[in-house]
Amino acid sequence: MRWLKPVAVPLIAVGLALGIGAIILALSGANPIEAYSALIDGSLSSQKTIGRTLEKATPLIMGGLAVAFAFRAGLFNIGGQGQLVIGGIFAAAVGFGFEGLPWIIHAPLALAVGALAGAAWGSIAGVLKATRGAHEVITTIMLNFVALNLTDWLASNPWKDEGILSRTPAVEESAVIPQWGALPTGFLVAVAASIGCWYLLERTTLGFEIRSVGLNGDAARYAGISVKRIVVATMAISGFLAGAGGAIETQGVIGRYEPGFNAGLGFNGITIALLARNNPIGVIPAALLIGAMEAGGSMMQFNADVSPEITDIIEALMLLFVATPIVVRWFFSRQDVAEVSITSGWGSS
Amino acid sequence: MSDLFIRTRWWVLTILVFVLITMFTAEFQQAQTTAVLASALRQSTPLIFGALCGVMCERSGVVNIGIEGQMLLSAFVGFMVASSTGSLVAGVLAGMATGALMGAGLAGLSVTLLGDQIIAGTVLNIAAFGISSYFFQQGRTLPSGKTPQVSLGPLADLPVVGRVFFINRPLTYISLILIWVVWFILFRTRWGLWTRSVGEVPSAAETVGISVARVRYTNLIAGGCLAGLGGAYLSLEAVGSFERMMTNGRGFVALAVMIFGRWNPIGIWGAALLFGYASAVQTQLQFRGWLADDPQFIGMIPYVVCIVVLAGFVGRARPPAAIGQPYSRE
Amino acid sequence: MSVAAPPALEVLGVTKRFGDVLANEDVDFRVERGRVHALLGENGAGKSTLVNIIFGLYRADSGEVRRNGEVVHLNGPRDAIDSRIGMVHQHFQLVPVLTVAENVVLGNEPTRRGVVDLDEAASVVRALAERFGLEIDPWARVEDLPIGLQQRVEILRALFREVDILILDEPTAVLTPQETTHLLGVLRGLADTGVAVVFITHKLREVMAVADDITVMRRGKVVGSAVPAETDEASLASMMVGRSVELSLERTPASPGDKVLTIVDLVVNDDRRSQSLNGINLDVRAGEVVGVAGVEGNGQRELVEAITGLRGVVSGSITLEGVEIAGMSPRQISTMGVSHIPEDREKFGLIGAHTVADNMVLNRYHQPPYSRHGIRSPGAVEDNAERLVAEFDVRPSNIGAMVATLSGGNKQKVVAAREFSHEAKVMVAAQPTRGIDIGNIEFIHRRLIEYRDAGMAILLVSAELDEVLGLADRVAVIYGGQIVAIESADGIDRDRVGRLMLSGTDN
Repeated sequence: MRWLKPVAVPLIAVGLALGIGAIILALSGANPIEAYSALIDGSLSSQKTIGRTLEKATPLIMGGLAVAFAFRAGLFNIGGQGQLVIGGIFAAAVGFGFEGLPWIIHAPLALAVGALAGAAWGSIAGVLKATRGAHEVITTIMLNFVALNLTDWLASNPWKDEGILSRTPAVEESAVIPQWGALPTGFLVAVAASIGCWYLLERTTLGFEIRSVGLNGDAARYAGISVKRIVVATMAISGFLAGAGGAIETQGVIGRYEPGFNAGLGFNGITIALLARNNPIGVIPAALLIGAMEAGGSMMQFNADVSPEITDIIEALMLLFVATPIVVRWFFSRQDVAEVSITSGWGSS
Repeated sequence: MSDLFIRTRWWVLTILVFVLITMFTAEFQQAQTTAVLASALRQSTPLIFGALCGVMCERSGVVNIGIEGQMLLSAFVGFMVASSTGSLVAGVLAGMATGALMGAGLAGLSVTLLGDQIIAGTVLNIAAFGISSYFFQQGRTLPSGKTPQVSLGPLADLPVVGRVFFINRPLTYISLILIWVVWFILFRTRWGLWTRSVGEVPSAAETVGISVARVRYTNLIAGGCLAGLGGAYLSLEAVGSFERMMTNGRGFVALAVMIFGRWNPIGIWGAALLFGYASAVQTQLQFRGWLADDPQFIGMIPYVVCIVVLAGFVGRARPPAAIGQPYSRE
Repeated sequence: MSVAAPPALEVLGVTKRFGDVLANEDVDFRVERGRVHALLGENGAGKSTLVNIIFGLYRADSGEVRRNGEVVHLNGPRDAIDSRIGMVHQHFQLVPVLTVAENVVLGNEPTRRGVVDLDEAASVVRALAERFGLEIDPWARVEDLPIGLQQRVEILRALFREVDILILDEPTAVLTPQETTHLLGVLRGLADTGVAVVFITHKLREVMAVADDITVMRRGKVVGSAVPAETDEASLASMMVGRSVELSLERTPASPGDKVLTIVDLVVNDDRRSQSLNGINLDVRAGEVVGVAGVEGNGQRELVEAITGLRGVVSGSITLEGVEIAGMSPRQISTMGVSHIPEDREKFGLIGAHTVADNMVLNRYHQPPYSRHGIRSPGAVEDNAERLVAEFDVRPSNIGAMVATLSGGNKQKVVAAREFSHEAKVMVAAQPTRGIDIGNIEFIHRRLIEYRDAGMAILLVSAELDEVLGLADRVAVIYGGQIVAIESADGIDRDRVGRLMLSGTDN
């Protein structure tokens, strides 16, 4: 039963959320069984739908990693959304802006520029926290709104496609991240990023510093770690991950930047990170679960006439249960519970 | 003297900028000035409600990041109730009840279950977004129309001030009264002393027989009512209908307003007016056709102001000491 | 013809468990009115748990509490206050941003038409203060008061509630000898008015001076009781520890070498940006222990943090073997040979959720052999930990355990093992034995002397005057952010040091 311990809480949270979701469906006049089977139908029934699930899961892995990684340093990055759209539009700009580059250079270049743009965006909140003590929860949320306006402007002015829509031109063929049959290459990149994050956190000195700052900032400072440097670095890495997620979405799925680009990802990232208990490897199954719900949502509307927003409610319920210590306490001893309180008040800097 | 200036320099600067912009935008025309100021007051009202909710929660030591969600769901429920019953009063009360219920939920998660307060607030936000989107039906209207304008007789005839402060709709008046009510409760009454003690050193309050849980529950529920009023204001007084995500980040801006106002209702009023003013100027710029081709930059203004204010002010103001920490006796 | 009146307070068969730890086991305890009852025991003996149960803060797993012979159910401090039990807590339970008057009346405020009547509160406080000889300004903010006056606020708060039983948890730990004498006088006066005073301490001298009755606890159990007339310090000590103990450390005189650490005209600000060190001058030589004595809050913390780089320096210089270290980062200073046992080990010295092994390299993790080219070497970290755990006798010896699961004494051994293992030139030891049991205190004291004899320069900062006098070769008294006296510890006058700590002058 030992192996069950780390997955027990997430599994219970998912089970409870699906159960209550079924009750809400029933109360609003839908048939929960029909709705859930449509959900599965739309996400796991064929090679095509599985591919769609993997595609949906890819930015979710990156968003979940961004949140989980920042959490390990005690930072709550709600700005995944903003970092993602910034990454997406910069990848698009490199994607359509250069012609004639070979694939081997163009696609990684666009991906790298998107990721770095996300890193730059994320580090704004890090710098504000480190130098001015501005709490990252509010600054990242505000930066989301700024980023949405900024990308909207970019897509309707300097980087605008021909036509009336506010969107960028399609990226060059050489910048597209291809499919391997049903398997999107972007998904493999995301899995590699998860493993990379795990290695960084658990095996490197930087990771030790990040974890130390997250667990006890005062002791980290005493131990000679520059907490400010770690705060900025962590937000930059977190933004890098989200920005890469946006770039993969641009280069592998949509093919350009356009309005409505993956709205709501920031919040999904929080749910995924907590389901994964902030473990980078655990982010993969958690993102696959949410990705399946997203992928199946439209089928649910089509087959069972259920508004796909029910998945938002179910996700909120998952977050609720996975973040509620009493659920955790059923399974863990007191010392494990001590880790649950991750974030801090306004005063800390 | 110089010390006084150093302490108040941000306020002096802010007021100076305030006055200059007013003179500039209005070009000394009274009608224009009045319109901008009235718009500033309207824009500040939901922020006042949100920030008063924040101050009730935070003075008792609980971070409430879920104000956005409380306002959004209250706006939705208030609108649905007013739309189906035809009664605006019922709508407002339903909005308050929704906010209060969510406040109780936050208290349950953070006080009883000792959960992480910021995550608990995030749960509220996501749930509010999901629920209001899921149950939202296009095309509903308010049979009664928006809340009516009430003019306060002779006061309304005063130049400028009369138009701005004394011809308003009911929830706006209520917000102006509540500023002083919340201030009085926090700084003059026994409950306020208890609240501040619980927010600073909960164990000290507990050892003199004050129940930390009771104080926090009460304040979170009362704060929820205030946020609920803010939501009702948006759907029933400002717009007259419900739109998806209609709070548009105001719940978060309200937190910045609360910090900027130094956890004091009167400071909050000043800060809310400043933010309201930033939004009003934004509307004015649009009317004048400035930046007409790049509305996105105008759209950024309130959020950029919010970031600048946070970067400039946090660390200067001292938050309640116990904020964010779950309290348990053993 | 009448039976003797039942005791004011009686605890019968109380047991309290925290997780696997049995904090109180079948404890019986009785307190008579009009008497001072000393509850004696080591850190971790269960005294605080017992009084927290009496005060309703903890709920006993079994057993009962009786007031005047009747069983009372104390479900919270409110119930304790209602049955007229008052408590002065070891960690003051005051709200720093509120005034003295507000703190005293908190929970029972006088009001007029719904508004808290602060004038009334202030006059009540003034009257109480006069009656019990505890003068204080009711309008002062608590955070602006020195620690001794903050304790007065706590006592006044209990007296305001007209208690029959007053419990004081380690009240003298933060006081100078003079303040202690004054407090003991106040307690005697209270007992004479019929109040039952419970006085928790581990200081035998005070017990012999003031107690009418003595109860001794060890490892959660009551192990004996006595009256001062029929016992002595040595037998109380062995009852408390469970074996015979040396009351004072035997040591050889120091043979100091060159100046290693030199501090000149040091000025440092505190967290609220007001000046807390106003020109400190101090030096520490190789092979000697310099002890800093002082009432808490006179600049000790800022001094330690300035030396170790955790706090910025406004002006003045700190040199290590002639090299200026003021303004360097904590890492640079640590690398140059300054070790630091921080006063708050939980907050600064350790990361509870890291393993013992990781905590053993907390400030060397980035150097070879523990890490190379940014990649950590778990093997080297573990080898180091295995060696230190054995050398410092850390229990349990599982280096993979989370430090948070260790006892206070073993946590402190982890900190000490790490800091001594650096072969530093200077050791800054702040409150090195706070809150740990006698066995571990002896262990750490012996280590400090051993390293002194090996040539380390040791700066010892401690709120326990006895610890400073027992270990230091030279004693520096700090008052109001200045060193007001520095002299050899040989034949030093304890009372004179106390007066210096209290007022900065010795008259």
